[in-house]
Amino acid sequence: MRGQVLINEERCKACGLCITACPQDVLRLSKTINSRGYHPVEAYQPEKCTGCTLCGVICPDLVLTIQREIPERK
Amino acid sequence: MKTVFQKPESMTDAQLHYCPGCTHGIIHRLVGEAIDALGIREQTIGVASVGCSVFAYDYFNCDMQQAAHGRAPAVATGIKRVRPDNIVFTYQGDGDLASIGMAEIVHAAARGENITVIFINNAIYGMTSGQMAPTTLLGQKTATSPRGRTASEMGYPIRICELLATLDGPAYLARVSSHDPRHILQAGRAIKKAFEIQQQKKGFALVEVLSTCSVNWGMTPEKAMRWLADNMIPYYPLGVYKDITAEEGA
Amino acid sequence: MAKILMKGNEALAEAAIRAGCQAFFGYPITPQNEIPGYMAEQLPLRGGVYLQAESEVSAINMVYGAAGAGARVMTSSSSPGISLKQEGISYIAAGELPCVIVNVMRCGPGLGGIQPSQGDYFQAVKGGGHGDYRLIVLAPGSVQEMADLTALGFDLADKWRNPVMILADGILGQMMEPVDFPESYEPLQVEKPWATTGAVNRKPNVVNTLDIVPDSLEKKVEQLLEKYERIKQEEVRWQEEGTEDAEIILVGYGTCARIARSAMEQARKEGIKVGLFRPITLFPFPEQQLKSLAGPRRSFLAVEMSAGQMVEDVRLAVEGRSPVHLCRRLGGMVPTPEEVLAKIHELVEGRVSQ
Repeated sequence: MRGQVLINEERCKACGLCITACPQDVLRLSKTINSRGYHPVEAYQPEKCTGCTLCGVICPDLVLTIQREIPERK
Repeated sequence: MKTVFQKPESMTDAQLHYCPGCTHGIIHRLVGEAIDALGIREQTIGVASVGCSVFAYDYFNCDMQQAAHGRAPAVATGIKRVRPDNIVFTYQGDGDLASIGMAEIVHAAARGENITVIFINNAIYGMTSGQMAPTTLLGQKTATSPRGRTASEMGYPIRICELLATLDGPAYLARVSSHDPRHILQAGRAIKKAFEIQQQKKGFALVEVLSTCSVNWGMTPEKAMRWLADNMIPYYPLGVYKDITAEEGA
Repeated sequence: MAKILMKGNEALAEAAIRAGCQAFFGYPITPQNEIPGYMAEQLPLRGGVYLQAESEVSAINMVYGAAGAGARVMTSSSSPGISLKQEGISYIAAGELPCVIVNVMRCGPGLGGIQPSQGDYFQAVKGGGHGDYRLIVLAPGSVQEMADLTALGFDLADKWRNPVMILADGILGQMMEPVDFPESYEPLQVEKPWATTGAVNRKPNVVNTLDIVPDSLEKKVEQLLEKYERIKQEEVRWQEEGTEDAEIILVGYGTCARIARSAMEQARKEGIKVGLFRPITLFPFPEQQLKSLAGPRRSFLAVEMSAGQMVEDVRLAVEGRSPVHLCRRLGGMVPTPEEVLAKIHELVEGRVSQ
C-alpha cells in the first residue's frame, strides 16, 4: 500500500520528532533552509511511505499532510 | 490517493509560534480534531489563558476570549452561564491553572461547571523562560529552583487530577500524555470525550496532558519526550480519575 | 407608579433587573450584601443568572466572559473587594466590554471598617488598575438615584462599550427612601457583532487585550482616549443649587452633597450666600461647569468622607481662579451639617485654615 507525505516546508522547525516516529525511515532533514532558518524535513525515501500517519500525529506544527492509496473494492 | 491526515478545520492557517518540538502544537491539533469530529466549531467558544498558549486565539478557528492569568475557568463560567447552549473550553498551562488560578479551577470543578478544560502540564513556566511551577518535580532544576526543587523549601508537586477527583462536581477527569504517537492518539480520544461530556450537559470535564518544554528543560525535543516518560509519568500516573459515564455503563 | 420604601442596595438591584441585567456575579462583603441577596432571590425568577463566585477576582472575570459573550452583566462589591477586581476591570476597559460595577464604599484603608466612606474616589475615577483607561463613574445621591443611575449605567455601558461604575457608599446602600420605577423601561438596544456567541456564518470573533506590538497597542490606546474625550463632551451630569449669587460654593457628591445641602440651607438662613454644586458623573467630571463658576469673589468648599480626593479635581477645574477648601471626616465618621457650617463661618470671617 502506497502513501505520500506532503510537506509544508515553511511551517517546519526541524524538531526531528517525525523522523524518529516514522517506522519506514522515509524522512530526514533537508539541506534547504526555510524563511525562519530551519532545515525543513524531506521525504528522502518516499517509496517506503505506507501512509501510516505517525509522522503527522507527532508533528507539533501541522507541517505534514498524508495521503494513502485506497485499494479499489471489487 | 486519499488524504488521511491534515490540519483540522477548527485550526486556523496561522503558523504556531511555539518552540521546535513543543507539544502545545500537537495538543492544539487534538482539540481541533475533537471539535471537527463533533461538528461543533460554530458553537464553540474557547478561552485562552496566559502562558505560551496565550496566542491560542490566533490558532483556534472559533470564537475566542483571552483571559487574565489564572482566570480562564471564571471567564469560561461567565460565558457558559449566559450562553448555556454554546460549547466552552479553556486551554491552560500548569502555572495558569495550578498556581495563580487554583481557586478558579477548584471552584469551577466543585460547581460542576459544564465546561471542558484542557490542562497542559509541562512542569515549568514556559513563556517566562523556565521558572518552577506547582507541578515541577522534586529535584528538577529550573530558573527559580536552580539547585533542584526540594520539598523542604518549595513543597511538593501537585497532582491536579487526583485533587479534583475528591470533588463531587467533576464528571470526567483524565490524565494523558503527548510523548509518542500512541499516547497522542489516546490523548485525542480523552479530549474528544471531554467535549462530549459537555455536549451531553453532564458537567465539568478536564483532561490533563503531560507535555514537554524542551527549550526550558534544556533538551532536544526527542530527549524531552523520553524525559517526560521516564520522570513525569511515574509521579503523574496516566489514567481516568473520574468518569460518571463509565459508572452509568455508557 | 406608586412609590415603594426600599433600601438603596435593593432599589439598585431591582433597577438592574428591570434594565435587562442578564447575569450577576457577586461575593459577600458588607455593606453591599443586599445586592447579591436580592439578585440571588429575584434574578433567576426573571430570566437571569445569579452566581456567587469564589472571590471578587473570579467574579470580575466572570463578568468579563459574560460581557464578552454579549450579555448585560453586573457585579457589586465594597472597597476591599473592588481593589481585588482592579486587574479584571483594566482588562474589561481594554477589551471595551460593557458592564456595570457597583462599589458601595466602606472606610479604609486596609480592612478598615464597615461604615460609609468616599475613600475610593481616586481608584474609581483615575483608574485603579494598570494602564491608561477610564470608567464612566456615576455617583448616586439618593435611593431613587441608586435605581435611576444603575439603569442609566447599563445604557451608557452599551452606548460606549465601556465599564460603568456606580460609586455609592454604605449610607446610600443601607438607608431606605421611597423610590418609584418607571412604568416600562426601554433599555438601549445595541447590536454586538463583536461578541463571542459562536461563529455561525461569520469569521470568529476574538475578545482579547494582548498586543505585544507597541505601535499597534498605541493606536488602540489612542482610540480609547478619543472615546473618553467624546464621553467628556456628551455625558457630564451635575446639579447646582443657589450658585448664581453664591460667595461660597459647597462641592460634594453622594451622601456628602446631602449634608452640604443642609449646611447651605442653614447658612442661607443666616444671610450667608452659599450654593451647592453636586457632580453626578465623577468621570466625566464637570470641569467646565466648575470653571465657569470660579471667580475672584468666590471660594469653593469640598465636603468629603476621605482625606480629600475629589477636592483635587475641583482645584484642577478651577485653575486657581478661586480658593478651594476642604471639610472632611475619615475612618467612617460622617461630616455633620454643623461642621460644614462652622467651616463656612471660618471662611466668611476670613480665618481660613487650609
